[in-house]
Amino acid sequence: MAEKKSRRDFLGMAFGGFAAVGGIMSLGAMKASWDPLPSVQAAGFITVDLSPMKDGELQTIGWRGKPIFILKKTAEMKKNDNRDVVVGNEEYAVMIGLCTHLGCIPSWKPDKKIFHCACHGGDFDPSGTVLFGPPPRPLDIPPFSIDGTKLVLGEEGPEYKRLAAKAQG
Amino acid sequence: MAQIKKANGIGDWFDQRLATKKLAKVMMTEYWIPKDINFLWAMGVVLVVMFKLLIISGIFLLMYYKPDAKLAFDSVNFTIMQEVEYGWLWRHIHAVAASFAFLVIYIHMFTAIYYGSYKNGREMIWISGMILFILFSTTAFTGYVLPWGQMSFWAAQVITNLFGGIPVVGDAVVTWIRGDFAVSDSTLTRFFMLHVFLLPLMIVFVIVIHFYSLRIPHVNNQEGADIDFDAEADKYLAGNKKESKVVPFWPVFLAKDFYVVCVALVIFFFCVFFFYDFSLPGVNFEPANPMVTPKYIYPEWYFLWSYEVLRGFFFDIGPIKAMDIGLIAFAFANVIFVILPFLDRDPRVLPAHKRPRFKIWFWVLMFTMVILTIYGKLPPKGINNVIGFIASMTFITLFLIMPYITKKDARGAK
Repeated sequence: MAEKKSRRDFLGMAFGGFAAVGGIMSLGAMKASWDPLPSVQAAGFITVDLSPMKDGELQTIGWRGKPIFILKKTAEMKKNDNRDVVVGNEEYAVMIGLCTHLGCIPSWKPDKKIFHCACHGGDFDPSGTVLFGPPPRPLDIPPFSIDGTKLVLGEEGPEYKRLAAKAQG
Repeated sequence: MAQIKKANGIGDWFDQRLATKKLAKVMMTEYWIPKDINFLWAMGVVLVVMFKLLIISGIFLLMYYKPDAKLAFDSVNFTIMQEVEYGWLWRHIHAVAASFAFLVIYIHMFTAIYYGSYKNGREMIWISGMILFILFSTTAFTGYVLPWGQMSFWAAQVITNLFGGIPVVGDAVVTWIRGDFAVSDSTLTRFFMLHVFLLPLMIVFVIVIHFYSLRIPHVNNQEGADIDFDAEADKYLAGNKKESKVVPFWPVFLAKDFYVVCVALVIFFFCVFFFYDFSLPGVNFEPANPMVTPKYIYPEWYFLWSYEVLRGFFFDIGPIKAMDIGLIAFAFANVIFVILPFLDRDPRVLPAHKRPRFKIWFWVLMFTMVILTIYGKLPPKGINNVIGFIASMTFITLFLIMPYITKKDARGAK
């Protein structure tokens, strides 16, 4: 009897073990099926020519499904060495136009010189730092590199690495 | 093998094979409901009717809807609304029934809180009910995304971003849920799957558990009286219907429920035909545009209270960021109701008007929920932020002090 019982136990454990391994592996497959597809991950690079922009002009372009704000700063706007992108002699604010709170697009208020997020009332200055409200950090700076007067979005150039290092330090 | 004899009719033929007579007794004619109840006890059956309306109207919408970012908007706003005969009717029924379902869920839920129907053996009724609330909320949210208008898109954007608050893996989780770096076609199609298949399947499953969980502790009554259901059922079956404190589910209880259902349906169909705008926000008749956030975005009315708790905290406290405080408060608001039976330290089952401190607690909670709902819709400016913050703090404090208040009530009674 004892021997039979242990044999039965072994069968039970073997069955349970195989079922558990199979279950865990299929969970892995289910997780992977929800991952972004390769075509999505290989999102493109975008080149923007900054030379035609006027002082105080804001342009919004789409990159990897996200809006990118490019603001050519005027002399009155406060400089921010940790965030400004210098191309030639001009300073630009380049940032992902999604509120760092919950991802709404803040709108530019030219009269007040702020970005205001209508969802939960966050305000950002022209450099993208938080003035008021729930956003936990300034607007994110997308990876970029500078090529003459052109900005290449998606590439991590030395200027981007410098700003990213300052943001962390 | 059962003893199968020549059947003396169709009923008997089925009874010999499926024990249908026994089944009818267990499920209907000898399922006992207390007499001492009021119309608020009919909300469960009203909800069943709403769920049926959602399924029926959903089936017809499903025949023309296209879960593709390029086609979804037109399939709803052109094909269903303009081409399909009565397509507008199914859409209005679907949208209004979702709103009504939440209204009735809230009545159902606060009735249970008022009469103490969540404790002393009824914990599983409450917990399965709250799981249903969470499943309904998820279904409503995924369904809201499907027409792929501006509100659909931005609701999906904001709600999926909430998961970014999870420490360390937050951003990866957001991308994983969306299947893309931003809300996109892959997000739409998987939300479609959740809305029309997985979530409704889970809802049906949990409804069965919810109904079953009523069988052992039985339905509560207006006084919280402990009824001996076996003894009262014997009285009823013996013909002492007047003396017995219980009635059978069918036909007696349901007959009254049907009356309440009829009243609810009159109001419901009035809204479907003449007053449906509240469930179909105008902004959602603009196609989704990832490059423009609508001026004001707010959820459907039934999520406004938790939305207001989320944004009620607009300033940092020391090293903790305002966003994280809001997220923690939001998470708290969404799970705290589930553990309500364990926060109540008063073992007696009594209606709120017989529990002096709990009565005040209950009405303050109701008032706070209304304030949160109203301010959730108002733009987050100036004084609105302050009121939202105070109401959010009141909401959280109410649940933190509940154990003390209920304990004091229990002591006061001795």
